[in-house]
Amino acid sequence: MSRLVFSRKPARFAAARLAGTLMPGRGASVGPLSLEADETLTLPAADWVRLRPRMAGICGSDLALVDGTAAAYFDPLVSYPFTPGHEVVGDVDNADGSTRRVVLIPVLSCVTRGISPVCHACEHGHIHLCERVAFGHLEPGLQTGFCADTGGGWSHELVAHPSQLVDVPVDLTDEAAVLVEPTACAVHAAQRYTGDDTVIIGAGTLGLLTLAAITATRDAQRKAPLVVTARYPEQRRMARELGADIVCTTDELPRRVRTATSSLVFGDQLTCGAARVIDCVGSSDSIQQALQVVAPGGEVQVVGMPGNVSLELTSLWHRETAIRGCYAYNRPDFDTAIELVRRCDLGRLVSATYPLADYTDAIAHAAQAGRRGAVKIAFDLRST
Amino acid sequence: MARPGFVHDVDRSTPPVLFWRGENFSLEKLPAGRSRVIYPPEPLEAIKDIDGAIRNALVHPHDQDPLPALLFAGMKLTIAFDDVSLPLPKMRRPDIRQRVIEAVLDLVAAAGVDDVHLIAALGLHRRMHEYELRHALGDRIYDAFHPRGMLYQHDAEDYDNLSVIGTTPHGEILEINKRAADSDLVIYVNINSVTMDGGWKSLTTGLASYKCLSYHHTGETLQNTRSLMGDREHSALHTSIWRLGKVLRDHGPKVFQIESTLNTDMFPEPYGFINKREWEWSAKDRATYLGVSKGLSMMPTKMARKMFHNIESPHQMTSVQAGETEAVHKITLEWVHKQQLVSVEGQTDILTLGIPFVSPYNPDGVMNPVLVMCMGLGYLFNMYRNKPLVREGGVIIMTHPTYRDFNPVHHPSYIDFFEQVLPDTTDPVLMGKKWEKQFAEDEWYRHLYRTGNAYHGVHPFYAWYWGAHGQQHAGKVIIVGGDPPTVRRLGFTPASTLDDAFEIASDVVGRTPTISHLHVPSLLVADVQ
Repeated sequence: MSRLVFSRKPARFAAARLAGTLMPGRGASVGPLSLEADETLTLPAADWVRLRPRMAGICGSDLALVDGTAAAYFDPLVSYPFTPGHEVVGDVDNADGSTRRVVLIPVLSCVTRGISPVCHACEHGHIHLCERVAFGHLEPGLQTGFCADTGGGWSHELVAHPSQLVDVPVDLTDEAAVLVEPTACAVHAAQRYTGDDTVIIGAGTLGLLTLAAITATRDAQRKAPLVVTARYPEQRRMARELGADIVCTTDELPRRVRTATSSLVFGDQLTCGAARVIDCVGSSDSIQQALQVVAPGGEVQVVGMPGNVSLELTSLWHRETAIRGCYAYNRPDFDTAIELVRRCDLGRLVSATYPLADYTDAIAHAAQAGRRGAVKIAFDLRST
Repeated sequence: MARPGFVHDVDRSTPPVLFWRGENFSLEKLPAGRSRVIYPPEPLEAIKDIDGAIRNALVHPHDQDPLPALLFAGMKLTIAFDDVSLPLPKMRRPDIRQRVIEAVLDLVAAAGVDDVHLIAALGLHRRMHEYELRHALGDRIYDAFHPRGMLYQHDAEDYDNLSVIGTTPHGEILEINKRAADSDLVIYVNINSVTMDGGWKSLTTGLASYKCLSYHHTGETLQNTRSLMGDREHSALHTSIWRLGKVLRDHGPKVFQIESTLNTDMFPEPYGFINKREWEWSAKDRATYLGVSKGLSMMPTKMARKMFHNIESPHQMTSVQAGETEAVHKITLEWVHKQQLVSVEGQTDILTLGIPFVSPYNPDGVMNPVLVMCMGLGYLFNMYRNKPLVREGGVIIMTHPTYRDFNPVHHPSYIDFFEQVLPDTTDPVLMGKKWEKQFAEDEWYRHLYRTGNAYHGVHPFYAWYWGAHGQQHAGKVIIVGGDPPTVRRLGFTPASTLDDAFEIASDVVGRTPTISHLHVPSLLVADVQ
């Protein structure tokens, strides 16, 4: 039995950054990520349980970490060494000896940290906005998968607080269940959808799931188009299948939005534009383009994790547009996500699985998923 | 004496034949025993005293009083002229438009007429740049009229300056430029490169509103225009235009039409080899071809494009006639046919076409993929009288790089047409119903057409409709050397080489098809018996 461990090794971190810049995903082979023998983790408190992952996904934030491009912002929110992996479906033993199949809510809120009374945000159910995220009896950790005390999904065992567990319905496969966590992110993002002209930038996992979350709930009579940018053929196919009205490349986006919103143009800026732009990429280019096509007074919702970005913000000032972050989810989002995964058969987005031992291949595949015709890459931990 | 057009049956001794490939050429060997190359007649003898011929036409018009008799002091006079969509390549200075208008203005001045406006009859074409207007009219006319607001370009979207003349029995409303409509006399100065142009079409399209053009510029009309370039008696487009012409004649201003025809002397040295039949190439021609072709292949496309667009061609005048529109145009057509008509026996299974760097819709611009379709299936395929060169259900093979490149200043709506309409449908009738209105009424395109140098928003549809008959007629269309995804977007099949194209075509026309190659450049109309 083994686990992947991410250690604090600055030289290797720098090497990963270099390798990852040259070839996305290559940070795995030269960086501070290594395959090690499993260690039995100490339960942080008596009510915590052990979770045996069946599958664990590879997310964009994991890739940023592995390739050394994650922002320094996270340094105080991470404790080393830790095992990555926060998109997890696994088994937990019941007291009677039976097992439950669960998905993990990786957010580490006040309750999981033993903080009482809980913070204002947690009190109101906004666990993703926990105001004590680096405190309490746990080592710092943004989520499970970034915390030395909890372990992570890229292993054969982690520890979890019961409040982090959501039962998986019997009819949901492990492949479908491993998508519940990112789907919950998408459900959370889609809650701000108003039915007006909307653009989703990026058709990776998060973009496609956000699209599914919107199309599953929107009023069928609504006429305002939903535009999705997709770079690769498989992404374009999936976006159409999941209900996008217009699928285009990023190069085509300004023209598509201009046409759809009867806009004029000055310089590179549309005079009208989409009321809402959901950026599921999070790069300088994608956010800048979002500002280019968002309507005056509109909102750019940054769902993809940004790092250090450089932006020209004059249009934001002049057109009174807003950039708003969108991180994670609440507990109820998971219930909606499970239903969405089932209804839209989102398990099909899992394109390939790898054993833990082949982690460099898995991460390389995930980093080039779009180009290789894939969407979600995951570790299959059931047989090893 | 110029030699007439010629159909050369390809045999083993026939040298490779010249094919245009956008901003370059290739020499291609056609299968012996079942291929033929159709060459245009050699350039007719040019008029030596051009200015004399023009003056003579003005004072000895057909079915019309001499121009001096139509001019009087205090009158309102409008002179409209063709834009730079022709001739192609652009004409060596002085342009015929300049010569004709200068001659007209001499008479106008002598008659004491001072309310004279010059209007470029753009229709829905892009506004010309200043350098293009100067090229067409000369600096003297430009400097005399433009600063005083008496030289400008027609605006088909300026409804304050459009005027309804009347309606045809078919319900087509003739709406034209108000200044022209209100004039005592409109003089139209035309250059006739193809038989499609001239006659009533000059004024009823060049000075018309979008609404007026939309009656006959449709997918259905163009599918029933057989052919657009060679046989106006079987052209639904021209039938509609004649109806509008009758309204103009009966209810519109008095028109004095001046038309001129050109010979096929289209390329100056060092490009003279392009005009020649390949087996008559001299050693110098071969060396020049090799040098030019090699040089072009090493050159960035933009540079090659600029080089070609900078060519100024001899385009010598073969006739000039003036007077009543129909009478004048009848003579013009006789001259065009005299220069361009080639008698051809029967149809073949395949028609091959080399597509050049320019079409009427990209002077000094990019030959984008939509224009490749328009040039191949709209212009060159339609260069026939009686029957097309290729049988119905046969294969049309074109050679062109068909890059996904657009001039965003000239062709903004073409980009959106390519990205939004073509993935949905390539059917001209369907796209007309589903998409045309949106493009035609788009405020942004309207703005760019009216104030910039952009074709009207609807223009890519018209370019596509131009090829509607060819598209319907052909069993398959193959583009050799084009960017494969771009070619597929057009609804065509990509091929790497001409041999590959013949192999692909064999699915439709079998292993030993007969082949016609229309020798381009030089314009010709194949009179297919």
